[in-house]
Amino acid sequence: MPRRARRRIDGTRVARALIAGSIGLMLGVTLLPATAGAESTPGVTSSTITIGATVPLTGPAAPGYDEIAPAMNAVFDYVNAHGGVDGRKIDYTYLDDGYNPANTATLTRKLVLQDNIFADVGSLGTPTQSAVQGFLNAQKVPQLFIESGCNCWSNPKYPYSLGWQPPYTVDGKILGAYIKANFAGKKIGYLYQDDEFGQDVVKGLDMEIPSSAVVSRQTYDAATLAGPLSNQMAALKAAGAQVVVLATIPAATALAMLPAAVIGYFPQYVVDSVGADPPTVGPLLSSFAQKGGGTPAQVAAAGGLLNGVITTAYFAPESDTTNPWVQAEKNILQQYAPSLYAKSGLDGNTQYGVALAYTFVQALQKAGKNLTRQGLLNAIANDGKSFVTPGFVPLSYSSSVHYGFEGEEVLKLENSAPPAVTPTGSWIGGVAVSPVEVTSPGSGPIHKYTGPTSLPPKSLTSGS
Amino acid sequence: MNATGFARMMHLPRQPLVRHVLCALVAAAVLYVVVARLSSYNEYQVGEIAAYVVALVGLSLLTGANGQISLGHGAFMAVGAYTMALLMNHTQTNFILELAAAAGVAAAAGLVLGLPATRLKGPYLAGMTLLFALAVPSIADKWPATFGGDQGLTTTVPTAPGSLSAEEWLAQIQIIGALVVMVLVANLLWSRYGRAFRAVRDDEIAASLAGIHVARTKVTAFAISAGCAGLGGALLALSTGVVNTGEFPLTLSIQLLAAMVLGGTGTLIGMVWGGILLVYLPQWSTSVSSDFNLGSGASAYLATIIFGVVLIVAMIAAPNGIQGGLRWLWGHKPHPGTGGRSAPAPVPVSTGD
Repeated sequence: MPRRARRRIDGTRVARALIAGSIGLMLGVTLLPATAGAESTPGVTSSTITIGATVPLTGPAAPGYDEIAPAMNAVFDYVNAHGGVDGRKIDYTYLDDGYNPANTATLTRKLVLQDNIFADVGSLGTPTQSAVQGFLNAQKVPQLFIESGCNCWSNPKYPYSLGWQPPYTVDGKILGAYIKANFAGKKIGYLYQDDEFGQDVVKGLDMEIPSSAVVSRQTYDAATLAGPLSNQMAALKAAGAQVVVLATIPAATALAMLPAAVIGYFPQYVVDSVGADPPTVGPLLSSFAQKGGGTPAQVAAAGGLLNGVITTAYFAPESDTTNPWVQAEKNILQQYAPSLYAKSGLDGNTQYGVALAYTFVQALQKAGKNLTRQGLLNAIANDGKSFVTPGFVPLSYSSSVHYGFEGEEVLKLENSAPPAVTPTGSWIGGVAVSPVEVTSPGSGPIHKYTGPTSLPPKSLTSGS
Repeated sequence: MNATGFARMMHLPRQPLVRHVLCALVAAAVLYVVVARLSSYNEYQVGEIAAYVVALVGLSLLTGANGQISLGHGAFMAVGAYTMALLMNHTQTNFILELAAAAGVAAAAGLVLGLPATRLKGPYLAGMTLLFALAVPSIADKWPATFGGDQGLTTTVPTAPGSLSAEEWLAQIQIIGALVVMVLVANLLWSRYGRAFRAVRDDEIAASLAGIHVARTKVTAFAISAGCAGLGGALLALSTGVVNTGEFPLTLSIQLLAAMVLGGTGTLIGMVWGGILLVYLPQWSTSVSSDFNLGSGASAYLATIIFGVVLIVAMIAAPNGIQGGLRWLWGHKPHPGTGGRSAPAPVPVSTGD
């Protein structure tokens, strides 16, 4: 009995009960299951189409790549402002997976199982999208226009997965053929990222360049890329490589060129398009030169290292300001993503986002009023080749080919070319040094492309 | 009040094995009913929590009961996950055996890494395990033909029996895995091995005077803990459907450690809170940032900021973690396994070896 009396006046007991009660209430509210309405096609109502994606907005892969999804959203806002597709507005949700496949797996399930998306559109990365390829195909959710050039997206086992950009092996083949034709007899060296990306580019290079011409093959690991790639560049110099092919991400391009310049090594660079966009690589060169303790003159000269670089492009670069597609892309971004445009302007990433989203909108239009997932895939397989895109060549889609573009032109960056002007400065432009060429990622030959290049509709260029 | 007192109050059997199995069966029954009523996405998340709980239980045993620190448990999860995926791709083994093998291989890795650990303490041990966390992804990258490189190796969820959905079946596998591990570890901690773990944690010299083989005890704890992490990784690999190096970055090891501390170091039930935090905290923070319309720059780092703030607040408000806080609410004393700050655990006179 005295025990009981003591307990009654115990203030902490009341506090405990209150805290416990409120925690329980909070948990109860949070864990209430979300209700989802039953529909014939998930994510499609009479007035909306819900789509989603997972992209890196934080972490090492984010700089540059975090611009793509907002640029895509600008296109969807443009379409929605003009009445949507068949009266349906596009509702685009992109979630940050930080380039970690475990996050991609969870977030993609959230998009599919909870948010009921109609399709996964414009998700980025090879390891990340590999993680959900099985799940999305099992759920019969289209995994459209994956932002990666892995050869793995066109696989009959995964009918719901489609790539969009040229496979990395196509990059390698076209660059390799250019090197063989234009730098015959010279010693060639490679520096590539030691993963699918770098290896697929090298696969293409090796199909064209005789192995006797390759004097040194250097690699780096993307996960541990932290400082200058001095050892690799010194090895290439020691091997006497006169032409150096870089299959590198933008930061690695800068971290390769700078230490080479320091040791007085200026080979002819050939850079895969992944790591050659001047508005992306230029600022990296200057900032790394500054961080590395370069003199103001050296920092100023760092950007000049891009002069003479050979690379490829599959749509008109941002420096080509008279190109109607470049004008259209600029219009859309200026009007529908003003803050993104003020920050990044038109660069390789924002152009990519606009073009990819525009491809998806056409797929929706072709799929028609009775929108289904299978209908969308059929529309891409049957009509994908006739979609209007900024690409130099039409999309390759068919029922068996799930690659997008398979054609590129070789580009030379030159100080004399019109520059690309972005909010971060003025960057070296490029001129085409080869006709547009088409090839498959397999062992097939490279053909010159002679067909037409599509123009944007008037409504896009006039910006109405 | 300690666990025995709690058991007496609740009229639970006094035999630890019987009591733990009984608790696990009740939990399994409750979870079975609850999971069947959840949406598929919530089922998936409950399964993910269970997978993390398995790994966290191992870490809790290592740090709470044995006083060793590991920054490499994410890598042990990777070892288990790769073992699982390799077995799935190259053999037709029953998935339960594959899970056991994943735990076994990770435990063997833990044994090898645990040997030098007997000579290292505190920051030096942490440094060595950190190195392991950094090394494992590079090893997997080095042999893409075996480990699938960037793309990784795929795993498939075993075919669900009857009309169960894939998500529900997966969640059941993972929950059963977590409960089995919790029962085994709870029994271990109640056995003479558990007492030896705590004795070594509290005072190595006293423990060795009492007849405990200190080095062997520490290596055993490390191997068992790594085995749990390996099983957790293998169970998580079933959720993600693929095993690649990107899934097991260094930050995973650090997040595991933070989740263990938040849940309540040394407790087992506390690891459930840890698992819930690992799965839900990033999501809560994303929805908070979109509710308040924060820019993408700010919202992107909100999860990390919230994790840090929660960790600091928890350490001030409930230094024994969430489970410690709940025990306080319930009116209990801190768990005897929480870092040796409470009454010393009984030390056996002899372990018999």
